[in-house]
Amino acid sequence: MIKLKVNDQQKVFRGDPDQPLLWFLREELSLTGSKYACGIGACGACTVHFNGVPVRSCSMPMSAMSGAEIRTIEGLASPVAKQVQMSWQEMDVVQCGYCQSGQIMSAVALLERNTKPSSKEIDEAMDGNICRCATYQRIRAAIEDSSDKLGA
Amino acid sequence: MDMPLKLFNSANESSLENQSRRQFIKACAASGALIVGAGYLPITSAEQSSRGKHRDALVFNAFVKITPDNRVVVVIKHLDKGQGVTTGLATIVAEEMDANWSQVGWEFAPADATKYNNLFWGPNQGTGGSTAIANSWQQLRNAGAAARAMFVNAAAKKWGVDSSAVTVSDGFVKSSTHRASFGELIELALKEQAPETPTLKSAGQFRLIGKKIPRIDSPEKTTGQATYTQDIQLENMLTALVLYPPQEGGVLVSFDDSAAKKIDGFHAAFKIPKGLAVLATSFWAAKKARDAVIAKWDLASCETRSSEELFKNYRKVAEKAGTAVTQKGDVEKELAHSKAGEHIVEALYQLPYLAHATMEPMNCVALVGDSSCELWFGSQSPTMDQHDASQLLGIAPEKVVINTLFAGGSFGRRACPNDYVVDAIAIARQIKNRPVKMVWTREDDMLRGKYRPMAVHKVRAKVSSKGGISAWHHHSVAQAILRGTPLEGLINGPVEGTLTEGIHDLPYSTASLRVEGTELPSTTSGLWWRSVGHSGNAFAVECFVDQLAHAVEKDPLEFRRALLQGQSRYLGVLNLLAEKADWSKPLPKGHAKGIAVHKAMGSWVAQLAEVSFDKEKNLQVDRVVCAVDCGIAINPDIVKAQMEGSIGFALGAVFGEQVTLEKGVVNQKNFDAYTPLRFSQMPKVEVHIVPSAEPPTGVGEPGVPPLTPAVANAVFALTGKPVYSLPIEL
Repeated sequence: MIKLKVNDQQKVFRGDPDQPLLWFLREELSLTGSKYACGIGACGACTVHFNGVPVRSCSMPMSAMSGAEIRTIEGLASPVAKQVQMSWQEMDVVQCGYCQSGQIMSAVALLERNTKPSSKEIDEAMDGNICRCATYQRIRAAIEDSSDKLGA
Repeated sequence: MDMPLKLFNSANESSLENQSRRQFIKACAASGALIVGAGYLPITSAEQSSRGKHRDALVFNAFVKITPDNRVVVVIKHLDKGQGVTTGLATIVAEEMDANWSQVGWEFAPADATKYNNLFWGPNQGTGGSTAIANSWQQLRNAGAAARAMFVNAAAKKWGVDSSAVTVSDGFVKSSTHRASFGELIELALKEQAPETPTLKSAGQFRLIGKKIPRIDSPEKTTGQATYTQDIQLENMLTALVLYPPQEGGVLVSFDDSAAKKIDGFHAAFKIPKGLAVLATSFWAAKKARDAVIAKWDLASCETRSSEELFKNYRKVAEKAGTAVTQKGDVEKELAHSKAGEHIVEALYQLPYLAHATMEPMNCVALVGDSSCELWFGSQSPTMDQHDASQLLGIAPEKVVINTLFAGGSFGRRACPNDYVVDAIAIARQIKNRPVKMVWTREDDMLRGKYRPMAVHKVRAKVSSKGGISAWHHHSVAQAILRGTPLEGLINGPVEGTLTEGIHDLPYSTASLRVEGTELPSTTSGLWWRSVGHSGNAFAVECFVDQLAHAVEKDPLEFRRALLQGQSRYLGVLNLLAEKADWSKPLPKGHAKGIAVHKAMGSWVAQLAEVSFDKEKNLQVDRVVCAVDCGIAINPDIVKAQMEGSIGFALGAVFGEQVTLEKGVVNQKNFDAYTPLRFSQMPKVEVHIVPSAEPPTGVGEPGVPPLTPAVANAVFALTGKPVYSLPIEL
């Protein structure tokens, strides 16, 4: 039995310890905002926060989740997160939208530890998240907009 | 125009109702709302989403429904796979109705070609070829204006005034003394006859069209609430993975699932035509079970060659004569000799297979009953999918209900007939009356073929030192996408159009022109990839134009302008580009720029790329400027977003995207080897729209073709070496 917190709620997992976190979130908790896209941690569509750090939930086994605090797109509530989502809408970032939960989770994690990231720091934080619609320019604009507003 | 008045809960609607659908209702903890089967989209909530079935809505016509609480619901007959048509199509209706944008909602149309066919595709409902806005433009203006007229006439009668004294603005119907919302007037308005030819606005009266309106799907897509096929959860649903052969065309000989049966959650394993379906109660159990199956395959009919061997053959064929598609003047005679001041230039261009690699791998939820079938997925060709399902199951097409959902990208992949949807149905029919979600892993998605065909272009031309072209000979060699498929009948002419689109109608002035194509058969399947044949054809044409300009020492822009005299819309985008991008201003040392222009799907796009090398001598694209003429830009910000996205999408093919075969086996199985553009590779993109009063044309695809040649031409300018193939290897 593995106990963990998801979006501030205590959860218990009793299944296969090899099962990646993503499928626990999606299928058992019905938190479907985090997406499956590659299954090898190469695209970032499944990004969630693990003790505040962005991780690829498709490649994190449940066996590593004991005592973990997980946050998903559905559980975003911090002022930084709210600002990021607002900036995302203001810049009209989304196209197909499938990768955007992961993009937002990576951006929120970045801005929560560094509200004034440099261009290079933004690159490093976001390079693990593929957007096949290539909304990258607007993602950058939204991150910069959030950074400006959070610093104001 | 046919404007049948029908209440929402009419026979048509209730025919969608059936026992199975009510059976599969399950609370979705994610959204706190219901996930509802059959004909009902899983919705978030009215507050969070503008979308969803509005059950109390009254039907004014096929595209306009209005609720008593004053919501205007636009029925969207096209799939939104990211290109933003939900916003664009709803805008057209809202404009002509004079609705307030905040009251506008939407829902995807059911599969029904009698109402929702693509007007450019005859009796077929579908999304593709960047036609969604273009084919809907007049249809939706009429639908909106007709509904508006019904409200005006109803109000005039109610208030005892002439209809000319009634106006509509911002969602309110008004006279000098009265004011009412649409919701307040719906019962009366529904009694009015819809005008057959409603009065449309003039462009000067537009309040929404041409303005920046936020995407209607933005809130749900930034909060994780948008529902894709992958997110559908139905009660008692099983997840199916398919063990496919390691190569396209392989056939399952035998299998041993004894180890799979021991996996917790395993449900069943059985053969379907394309492989072995493995079903379980969860994705993870299905995947583990599939991994545990031992299968034997007959691969005798599969490809055995490597990409390099295939290309070698393509090049050989390209050097020979092909089937003529366009013939003007005597090209051979012209190319047989050259005088002083004339240059004969030749080049051979090579393009690899490319994968769509949508972020959401192909998937489909299917529920097959005794004489019914219900599907949930991002259906790009609903009536074709409906037809396939009905054929497969031996039931009437109208017994197949399709619930269209957002697609996590398509780029053409979901338009494929007879493919993943058929597999999902083949599985569901064997476990009747129980819903099954068939999902492809990324590896399945990468290995199941349907690639943008590889191609080789051999081009020869004669150019004079004054800049005139007297002969252009072009031979395009590729596989035909539709040859040998059920859609082969769509091939018009001796060579499939994709091989020579954008070439056979070469816009550049030339005294003689011969365009040839040769279709080479392949066991690796091809498919329409964002901008289809244009994606590679523009690369060959526009790189070659720069080589011609270079041969006669002309400026690439001036060279093009001179050869495009009288082609006002080509010149329009080139001129706007030159002005906005400061074409004549030199760049610092170590930087260079290149341009390209191309027309595809009815829109003209010119692009300028600036390139340089980074410290590690890697090519980087620093900036792309884009000019587009798509007629009236319904939503300029979405037009810009589509150009930005197309540029980034195409740039992946410059930097490294390609599907290659090794002894017939695909090398790229996941995003570690197949490499779409990454965040830090995205250049600064500026998009400029040519002001236009022409009817709107597409923007989903036309931004793709000019990008690769613009970059290649910039690399040519930087290094002095022409680029002959993609991805660019230096």
